[in-house]
This record gives sequence, structure tokens and C-alpha cells, in this order.
Amino acid sequence: MGLQRFIKRSPWVFHLNTGGCNACDIEILAALTPRYDAERFGVKLVGSPRHADILVVSGPMTRKDVEKAKRIYEQMPSPKAVVAVGVCTMGGSVFHDSPFVTAPISDHIPVDVYIPGCPPRPEAILHGILEALEKLEVE
Amino acid sequence: MSEEYRELGVSIPIGPFHPALKEPIGFRIWVEGEKIVKADIRFGHNYRGIELIGARRNWIQILYLAERICGICSWSHQFPLAQAIESLMDVRPPDRANYIRVVVGELERIHSHMLWLGVLGHEIGFDTLLHLTWGVREKVMDALELISGNRVNYAMATIGGVRRDITEAKRDILLRKLDDLLKGVETLRDIVLTHKLVLLRTEGVGRYDRELALRLCLQGPMARMCGIRKDVRQDEGVAAYGDLGFRAIVARDVVGKDGCDAYSATAVRVAETIQSINLVRDALMEMPPGPISAFPKPIVALTRASKAEGEAIGRYEAPRGEVIHYVRAAKSDKPKRWKVRAPSLINVYSTKWVFPGHQIADAVVIAAQPDPCIACTERALIVDLDRGERRVVDHAYLTELSRRKSKEVMGDV
Repeated sequence: MGLQRFIKRSPWVFHLNTGGCNACDIEILAALTPRYDAERFGVKLVGSPRHADILVVSGPMTRKDVEKAKRIYEQMPSPKAVVAVGVCTMGGSVFHDSPFVTAPISDHIPVDVYIPGCPPRPEAILHGILEALEKLEVE
Repeated sequence: MSEEYRELGVSIPIGPFHPALKEPIGFRIWVEGEKIVKADIRFGHNYRGIELIGARRNWIQILYLAERICGICSWSHQFPLAQAIESLMDVRPPDRANYIRVVVGELERIHSHMLWLGVLGHEIGFDTLLHLTWGVREKVMDALELISGNRVNYAMATIGGVRRDITEAKRDILLRKLDDLLKGVETLRDIVLTHKLVLLRTEGVGRYDRELALRLCLQGPMARMCGIRKDVRQDEGVAAYGDLGFRAIVARDVVGKDGCDAYSATAVRVAETIQSINLVRDALMEMPPGPISAFPKPIVALTRASKAEGEAIGRYEAPRGEVIHYVRAAKSDKPKRWKVRAPSLINVYSTKWVFPGHQIADAVVIAAQPDPCIACTERALIVDLDRGERRVVDHAYLTELSRRKSKEVMGDV
């Protein structure tokens, strides 16, 4: 199918954990390693938001992280896409009634793709990143 | 910045969102040229108020909240909480449940230690090691998925036992997987403990000593790398560890001396991975038949727990050290107080004492040595005391420094 249509360039990804429990983070890392091998799509994890095309966010966004997350989003060059991993980013999941989390994260930064799951499987994360890529191409 | 810190000169912040750290935590290091003279650590970016919201949920619900304290050691939080509630109610889980608890706990330890080994490889610029370990690690994830249906949050522990049985068919598949896994891990051990780059970048880096380790109450592999044979599985014989004749590994058992440095920490973790594989195999072979839970349904357990009164603790050796869960009950379906003590706070904070004297390029190795589990990443701030200038560097810069050092020490090899 026309996946190739979208894979014209190599999307660089910056990973931001805003108070998650680490489960999504290890699955994001697993998606980059040999079994799932995100690098075949050119996906590469970078250390600075200034180099990134896609921001991958996990976690329910704790109050202390809100301003930092906004700043990181603003540092990314356009066009950019945001992929939110895990149900925490949507409504807080098990932390929904905590006074210290401010989910959903779309209250703070615009989200393009949500990936449900606690945590989502690496395949689902890869699929979400490719969806975001489609959005980048359309722009 | 306080007066005392201003006198110190150049400071470099690492974090709270930093490529060396998967979770948010802030390190700040003060430097003179390349040498680190002081370090400080800032916490709180991951604060979710779990104990507070736990007090609003019932005894069954908080088991699943406990699991989400940390995704890497989800079993290590769920199990001691279940243990604490069991001792509150004075219930003993059946033998088969205890053996299944060992299997899940040890599989989790294998995946956690291999994850750490990969991260160490990445930090020192040895990405081949990262991909090798994570390739092997997928076999453990498959085993966990086979047992529980999920790769990360397994939801296996419940009050009075476990939620899913390991059938004969599953056991045979698991045993075959373990053989594969053992081969992979032994290859990795031979690479890691003898590779020149690993030796150059970890030996003597992040050096503690036995007295410091005792004074700071280091936990888990951090204590065992200093020769302190301390392990809840050995000391308390929780679950079926007592039956399986478990004995903790310290650095001198593996490499002949207690180096108290990043190399000893690596050696202890690699040896524990192999020990865990053998423990899982023993537990699978010796597992007695019988029920897997003391209660027919969770609702029965909840009703019984709602009548309990008093206080209790549950202890378990997580991959990073001793986890303690304390609960107080007052004849209610909710806990009156729930307190969690996780080992990472102690281990991460101890790095403050070992940063001074090292090069900036070694900072990421020292920060990664205790296997920090804060669920976050941070950037570093470098303050140069000589020039009196402040630079904020990001994780990418530090990793780059670390990699450059690796290239230098390796020469043209």
C-alpha cells in the first residue's frame, strides 16, 4: 500500500516524558531497537527538540512540567507534529483525580495523534508515528 | 543560586529533560575546567501524588495504581503492596502462587537489568551493545506477554495470590525460551565484561567505598557492588525464594574484587540476570500443583480486607533495591495511610557524593550507574568557575562529550 508515499524523508523524534510511569518510555525505546526497528522508516531519536520533526510525549503532564513542555514544543522548527503515547496523555488514566496532573495534554500543546494503551505496544507506537508523518506531508 | 554556589563558579545543569535520562530529574554540576567539583540533584518533576489518590481507592483498585508507580518495576510495587495487605488480613497465599510470584518477579528483573545494560552502552557511545541487549530483551518481553497477556504492566498480583496460572503448555514454551535467553545473555556477558571500551569507561568511574555505601544506605545492586550481601529475597525469603535456596551475588563473586565502581555495578547486574534465568527455571520445574489464590474472587478478598484493622508492611527486592510498602487500615475498604519507599531516591541521591573529581564526560555514566528510575529526562547546566560564565548544555551535548571521550580512549581501534 502507499506507505511509501509518506516515507519520503526521515523524521527525527524528540521524546518527552512529562511525569509518566516509564512504561510508555520503555516501549518507545523498544520500538527503536532491532525487533521493531523504527530506523527502517528513517525514524531517529534526537537529543534536542531543535533538531526534531515529531515530539513524542508520554505521561499525564505534571504541573511542574507544563511550562517546560511548552518551551520544548516552541523550540521545535515547523512543520512539526505531536504524538501522545498512552492513555495518561488523554485523561490521566489512573492518575485522573490527582491534583498534581493536568491531563489531557492537549490543554497545553496541540496534539496530532493519540496512541491509546497502557502502555501501547511498540507496533502501535510505530503506527502512530507514521500517521503523524502523513500529517507532516500534507502540510 | 545561593552565595555558597556562586563562589563555586561554573555550573552545568543536566536535566530535567535530558537524553541521558529517560525520566525527568535535574542534576546540576559545578566545574573547574573539565573537573566536577560539586553536584546537586533536583527532584519533583514526576510528582503525581500517588499516595494521596491511593487513599481514595479501595484495596483492589490501589493494586493497579501501585503498578503504575513505575512501569519498569510494576511487579515490584504491586507485589509488596499485596503482601502488606495479606499480612494485615493474616492470610497466606498458596504455594503455587508463591512460585508464580517468583517467576514473574525474576522475569521482570531480567528485563530491567538488560534495559540498564543497553542504556549504559548508549551512554558510553557503544550503540551496538544497546541494540544487542534490546534484541535479547525482547525474548523476556515475549515470556511476560505469554504469562500475563501484557508486555509491561502485567497485573499479576492480587490479594491472596496471583491472577493467572502458568499451564503445562505455557511452562514448556517458557523453558524453551529460557534456554534461548540464557545463550544470548551469556554472549552479552562475555562481551561486556571484557570489552576494552566498557573497561576504559567504567573502571574507577563513580567509585564509592564500603563505608560510604553503608553510611548512605545504598540499595540493591549498588550495595552489592560494594560487597554488602544485602537482598530482601535472601534475608526475608519472601514468596518462594526461601525454598529455592537463593543467595545474593556481590561484585567479588563475579570479578574477584569489590570495585564499588560502574564496572562492578555492571558485573553484578549481568551476573544477577543469569542467576534470575536459573531461578525462573527452578521455580517452573519445582512448582507444586494447587490453587493460585487464597480467595475464589477479588470481591471476597476486598470484603475480608475491609474488616481488617492495624498496620503492616510488605518488602520486596526490586531490580534497583529494596521496596517497602506500608499500609494502615481502619475497618474500611480504603487504606487509612499508604506509604511507599522506593530504592531509587536513595541511590540517585548518593551520586552527589561521587560526582566530584570526575570529568564532565563521565557525568552521564555516573548519573546512569544507579539505574535512575524517575520516569524522566533533563538537561544539564555547566557553570565554569574559572571564567565565571554559565552555559546550559543539553543531554545531546553531554552524550556527545561522553562519546568523544570513548573515541579518544579507544584510539584508532
